[in-house]
Amino acid sequence: MNYNWDWGVLIREPYFEWLVSGFLWTISVSVAAWILAFSLGSVVGIARTTNSKLLRGIGTCYVETFRNIPLLVQMFLWYFVFPELLPEDAGMWVKRELPMPEFTTAVVCLGLYTASRVAEQVRAGIEAIGQGQRNAGLAMGLTPAQVYRYVLLPVSYRIIVPPLTSEFLTIFKNSSLALTIGVLETTAQARQIEEYTFQGFEAFTAATLLYIIVTSTVMLLMKLIEGRLRIPGMISLGAK
Amino acid sequence: MIELKNVSKWYDEFQVLNDCSTQVAKGEVVVVCGPSGSGKSTLIKCVNGLEAFQKGEIYVDGTSVGDAGTNLPQLRSHIGMVFQNFELFPHISVTENIKLAQLKVLGRSDDESQQNAARLLERVGLSDQADKHPAQLSGGQQQRVAIARALAMDPVAMLFDEPTSALDPEMINEVLDVMVELATDGMTMMVVTHEMGFARRVADRVIFMDEGRIEEDCSKEEFFNSERGERAQIFLSKILEH
Ligand SMILES: Nc1ncnc2c1ncn2[C@@H]1O[C@H](COP(=O)(O)OP(=O)(O)OP(=O)(O)O)[C@@H](O)[C@H]1O
Ligand SMILES: [Mg+2]
Repeated sequence: MNYNWDWGVLIREPYFEWLVSGFLWTISVSVAAWILAFSLGSVVGIARTTNSKLLRGIGTCYVETFRNIPLLVQMFLWYFVFPELLPEDAGMWVKRELPMPEFTTAVVCLGLYTASRVAEQVRAGIEAIGQGQRNAGLAMGLTPAQVYRYVLLPVSYRIIVPPLTSEFLTIFKNSSLALTIGVLETTAQARQIEEYTFQGFEAFTAATLLYIIVTSTVMLLMKLIEGRLRIPGMISLGAK
Repeated sequence: MIELKNVSKWYDEFQVLNDCSTQVAKGEVVVVCGPSGSGKSTLIKCVNGLEAFQKGEIYVDGTSVGDAGTNLPQLRSHIGMVFQNFELFPHISVTENIKLAQLKVLGRSDDESQQNAARLLERVGLSDQADKHPAQLSGGQQQRVAIARALAMDPVAMLFDEPTSALDPEMINEVLDVMVELATDGMTMMVVTHEMGFARRVADRVIFMDEGRIEEDCSKEEFFNSERGERAQIFLSKILEH
């Protein structure tokens, strides 16, 4: 193979800047989408554990819809199809005036999709706790909302720290799909460097390393958090 | 204090409670026994509205439990309940368990809740465990904390659902002792239990349930000393063997 290795390309202008900017976009898309996914996913997951048939039904519809359409399809639907479905004025606004349209679309799409997965984790965490704790809270006069706030959620979020970590890492990796609608994130920038310099190996190695550094840091951080949140005397939560 | 009038409850087609009527007067201790699946837990959970019922009426301290307009959280806040599996909240300390509803339901100050918690822990003999988490306590200790937690709300009555069934034999007495003390102090109590020793010591009345019906409802003396119905007789001979 006749390949001219040139690792120097990575620190040469403007390629270094491209990588840095791509990395920042990756982080921004991931974090913004995660905030949306975590908040909405919590609401939907909680809704599916309430006594209200209506709330449970809405929650189930949400989860089944967003979980079962491939993410790439959702990305295209939001970017190309959704504006066409809106009333004319709103469609125009989305197409012309939405601030940072590619970024916003990617965040909304990734956020809504991941919310359906977070919702399932939140629901599983609450259901693992069981009716007994709920009854104990209600029996002392807490309202159903207070039972969630003080009894069910503090324990269920502890139980689901590991699966939520992996959902975050998934959002982070899935953020590379944003390149399909034109967000110049890490993977897109690596590809661009390849096109300009033909140093594809170096560019994609750098991108890979960036992804690995972030995932390992997050995993380490979450291990620490998990340890901090450990309940004294508890070997495993969620049994019983 | 507690009054049940012709209470019936169904799970779909299946009738769990069949026309149950009884009452518990102020200061009275009533023991509820009967075979597994006879509806004891369901009956006691109807009293504080943890289970809904379709027919009949239940009054606690004059308030109708089944009435749609009743503020259930407020009603429950002064009926204590103790469960078979303790149901302490695992993520907070023993003291915080006892403080939680005082703070969030009764709106007491942190100081007052703390003092109550300390006083009640002393009463159940667990002052030295105040800062531990529930999982660091034995079953018997957890159940005593659960009783203290219920008492912190200054309840007008206490409901117990098999409070000693999940305990190792050597821990049963430490819990029963606390309950006997409560009974002698004049607490109104409705206790689902198979501990006939407890019934003999402090019960005023004994209720025997079978297949969702209250089959016997009589004074302790009558229940233990005179001829009972066939089902109750069989049940009694079974549990007294152990
Ligand atoms: N959520 C439910 N749905 C359907 N049936 C139920 C439900 N909960 C309880 N049952 C049934 O109702 C009946 C009475 O149950 P309950 O728990 O009140 O009995 P119990 O007398 O407390 O029994 P145990 O001594 O085993 O605790 C049982 O046959 C049980 O299977
Ligand atoms: Mg029971």
